[in-house]
Amino acid sequence: MELAVLVKQVPDTDDVVLDPEKGTLVREGVGAILNPLDLNALEAALEAKRRFGGSVMVVSMGPPQTEGALREALALGADRGVLLTDRAFAGADTWATSLALAEGLRRLGPFDLVLAGEKATDGETGQVGPEVATLLELPFATYVGGWEPREDGVTVERVVEEGTLEQDLPFPCLLTVLSHLNDSPMPTLEGKKRARRAPLERLTAPDLGLDPQELGLSGSPTRVVRIATPQVARRGEVYAGADLEAGLDALMDLLAERGLRASGRGAA
Amino acid sequence: MRSLVDPAAAAGFLVLGEMRPVSEALHPVSLELTGKARELADRRAAGGGCGTVTALVLAGDRLPDPNALIAAGADRVLLAQAPAFEAYDAAAQARALAWTVEREKPEVVLAGATTNGRSVLPAAAARLRTGLTADCTGLDLDPETGGLLQTRPAIGGNVMATIRTSAHRPQMATVRPRNFPLPAPDPNRRGTVRILDLPEEARAGSVCPRAFRRAAAGRGIEEEDVLVSGGKGLRRPEGFALLRELARALGGGVGASRAAVEARWIEYPHQVGLSGRVVSPKLYVAAGISGAVQHLAGMQTAGTIVAVNKDPEAPIFRVADLGLCGDLYDLIPRILRRLEE
Ligand SMILES: Cc1cc2nc3c(=O)[nH]c(=O)nc-3n(C[C@H](O)[C@H](O)[C@H](O)COP(=O)(O)OP(=O)(O)OC[C@H]3O[C@@H](n4cnc5c(N)ncnc54)[C@H](O)[C@@H]3O)c2cc1C
Ligand SMILES: Cc1cc2nc3c(=O)[nH]c(=O)nc-3n(C[C@H](O)[C@H](O)[C@H](O)COP(=O)(O)OP(=O)(O)OC[C@H]3O[C@@H](n4cnc5c(N)ncnc54)[C@H](O)[C@@H]3O)c2cc1C
Repeated sequence: MELAVLVKQVPDTDDVVLDPEKGTLVREGVGAILNPLDLNALEAALEAKRRFGGSVMVVSMGPPQTEGALREALALGADRGVLLTDRAFAGADTWATSLALAEGLRRLGPFDLVLAGEKATDGETGQVGPEVATLLELPFATYVGGWEPREDGVTVERVVEEGTLEQDLPFPCLLTVLSHLNDSPMPTLEGKKRARRAPLERLTAPDLGLDPQELGLSGSPTRVVRIATPQVARRGEVYAGADLEAGLDALMDLLAERGLRASGRGAA
Repeated sequence: MRSLVDPAAAAGFLVLGEMRPVSEALHPVSLELTGKARELADRRAAGGGCGTVTALVLAGDRLPDPNALIAAGADRVLLAQAPAFEAYDAAAQARALAWTVEREKPEVVLAGATTNGRSVLPAAAARLRTGLTADCTGLDLDPETGGLLQTRPAIGGNVMATIRTSAHRPQMATVRPRNFPLPAPDPNRRGTVRILDLPEEARAGSVCPRAFRRAAAGRGIEEEDVLVSGGKGLRRPEGFALLRELARALGGGVGASRAAVEARWIEYPHQVGLSGRVVSPKLYVAAGISGAVQHLAGMQTAGTIVAVNKDPEAPIFRVADLGLCGDLYDLIPRILRRLEE
């Protein structure tokens, strides 16, 4: 079974820096990790490989230091890592990201199954999976919280608002998975050794036969034009010990004031 | 790459309405967005643009009441039916939406940031070769260009990004449910209703539906006005029975931290946070939840936040309007008694 996993490198810290002019993330100087939700996509691929054989390729688009994320994936058991890297990719929105990833997969494939995370912890759009699937004309399922892979297809359980939706998809197809699907894989000693030695392949925009004008910031239909830090004013009153009775009074008042309860202090 | 829709020809607003699997009714967000589109379209018309609002609903057997959409602000309602739409086949809905957009050429397309909207819209945007802004909480019009200013929280709610789609049409966005008010229905509004005759390629399914299992609560935690959530501090699964009691007294549902879900005290669909669901209830009560950034990412936009925790240093207190520092097994029953009074 030929499996591909899309992995993204994301900033490790909560205090990420944004370029106020371009509205894009400044990655220099910020520690980076593999998007935690992509670990579940990787584990799903490893599980399919354990059951049906084949190989797992991890593919990422990003700056050269994204190699770190790919090596982490190799240490966790992936067989091959491919980095799509080129200055022309910088500043891509989900459309331009998906265009490059889809073309990469087209050239590296064919794959039976492509896996992606539900969302990346920085951009958080969750759009790259469905967009890549569409560009590759693959059937897809999102919010996959349970699955039963077979030789020629997969039954998935999608977790939606009102319940769970079971669907059958034939291979080839693409799934975006919830962290709930499985436990993240653990690195093995053998994997770590292999990860250090394993060659990572790199593909540039010309390798993919893509026009730089259609990539990155210049190929992106959307543009971040303003970034603001939200200031939500919270009252922040904390009651403890002997003040708890007063705290309960304050709670009843707050509920009444915000229309969450018919009257104030009830009978009091 | 140019968008399929010529920007010079684009005009009007299109809202993708959503039918719900269990209740078989329109999702409230469809009316919220129709109302918001009405407001924006009126401003666009006042500025010399096109002020038409069209609602498109892709349904299965059951059709929605089109008058609800008209009363909420739609001038036209387009309805299409196919088994694939009933089965929440996102690729099939995306083909139908893209087919309709190619013909209708709206300048703006809006849909709810529901699991369905967040699956259909990216696939449709990719077909239409245009941009899509995810999970918006603010929509406005640029006074100069009339372009859509789309504001969304990102990076765990730590920044608000305003995004523009300048040269591609339509400008597409998914918008959080419960973010814009339900418009007061205007029974005097007039509108037209048309059943679309979709060609086979715009209605065929791409996945094979098998079953739908209804959640115990019957609706998602993101729809509750009040959410009472529990964490590791409950220490035992029975703790959720107490929280359910409080939720019932406040007329709401029950949520959880990932730690509580991992302990198998409650099921995953209740998980709030980065790897669970993003909620924005009027009232969020966090009991025995420390307030890790990954949890805050899912509930920071709640109207009022109340925290119950025995640790005075718990980060949850920093985002709470009101904090009660003490043992939840002492405090929750006391809150319940107060509510009964
Ligand atoms: C504040 C902010 C807001 C933004 N808002 C938008 C927006 O509304 N619309 C928009 O189009 N763009 C937006 N962007 C740009 C967007 O973050 C980038 O396009 C990013 O490269 C991909 O989107 P994402 O992070 O949302 O990924 P998601 O779509 O959330 O990622 C889902 C999955 O796709 C795969 N994946 C994603 N990126 C890569 C990659 N580079 N390589 C390999 N696999 C990958 C992973 O499996 C990942 O788990 C925004 C950026 C910022 C900084
Ligand atoms: C990639 C990633 C994704 C994640 N996604 C999520 C997510 O979606 N949602 C989420 O919630 N977490 C998520 N997490 C986990 C998160 O980091 C925290 O580990 C988790 O939120 C902790 O849950 P908790 O607050 O219930 O438990 P704890 O942090 O253990 O806190 C328990 C709290 O209960 C209090 N307490 C104990 N006993 C009592 C008592 N008797 N009365 C009152 N208070 C008491 C304690 O003081 C403490 O503050 C994610 C983590 C990662 C790395």
